Amino acid sequence: MTPIFYLLAAVTLAGGLAAVLLKHLVHCALAVTVAFAGLALLFLQLDAQFAGFAQILVYIGAVAILIVFAILLTRGSDLPKGGVFSKTWFLGLIIAAGVFAMIGWAVLASVSAIPQQNAVPSVSVYDIGSALVGRYVLPLEILALLLTAATIGAVIVAMHEKARSR
Amino acid sequence: MTTPLAGYLVVAALLFAIGLGGALVRRNAILVLIGIELMLNAANLNLIAFWRYGPHPEALTGMMFAIFSIAVAAAEAAVGLGLVIAIYRHTNTTELDKIDRMKG
Repeated sequence: MTPIFYLLAAVTLAGGLAAVLLKHLVHCALAVTVAFAGLALLFLQLDAQFAGFAQILVYIGAVAILIVFAILLTRGSDLPKGGVFSKTWFLGLIIAAGVFAMIGWAVLASVSAIPQQNAVPSVSVYDIGSALVGRYVLPLEILALLLTAATIGAVIVAMHEKARSR
Repeated sequence: MTTPLAGYLVVAALLFAIGLGGALVRRNAILVLIGIELMLNAANLNLIAFWRYGPHPEALTGMMFAIFSIAVAAAEAAVGLGLVIAIYRHTNTTELDKIDRMKG
């Protein structure tokens, strides 16, 4: 438990909290980007360089931009009249707190059984690449198919209805 | 916090709870998607933390799981936001409690 871990955890959690609490959707998108960046730094702190940089590329580079596009395309920057929280917000809060209490209790109750290998794993990008085209080649191909289908599907779903009927 | 892994697990649990709360509490569909992304990220943090501190990190299992999960989450975000835009075109709103009809 180094101070840098606490700092990164605080930045990540503050970003996440701000993302779900702020009023303006554009501010939420910025806050969630901060949370994504904090997570990427936590991945780097965990010696998972490849996952950390993939997180930066995919989440900060693509998902955050997609969210901003969606906000701008749907005029989400206008504030709704009835407030940003739903009528049953208290129930949602209780459910979230309950889930956190459950997971936290499970983690803290099993601290003695938690594995703690402290040797830094020496995994290079070469190892990850050869594992991707070796042992994990079938999941990789399925993922390629899924990404293609998702891209085409997203375009068809979001296409203008008049353009589709033509 | 006696072990480093427990610290990461607690952070991931908090992030998951924040994402779940956001998805349940907010009225805007885009914010619900942001909450879902936060939950997916919390799961990824768990996977990477277990890979780092568990036995046999050279097998790369947790790392691969996290990388595939990141890719699937990207596909999910694209389709989800496409659906939000399509619904907005149809109903002119992204407020979830105003979208209460199955048929136009």
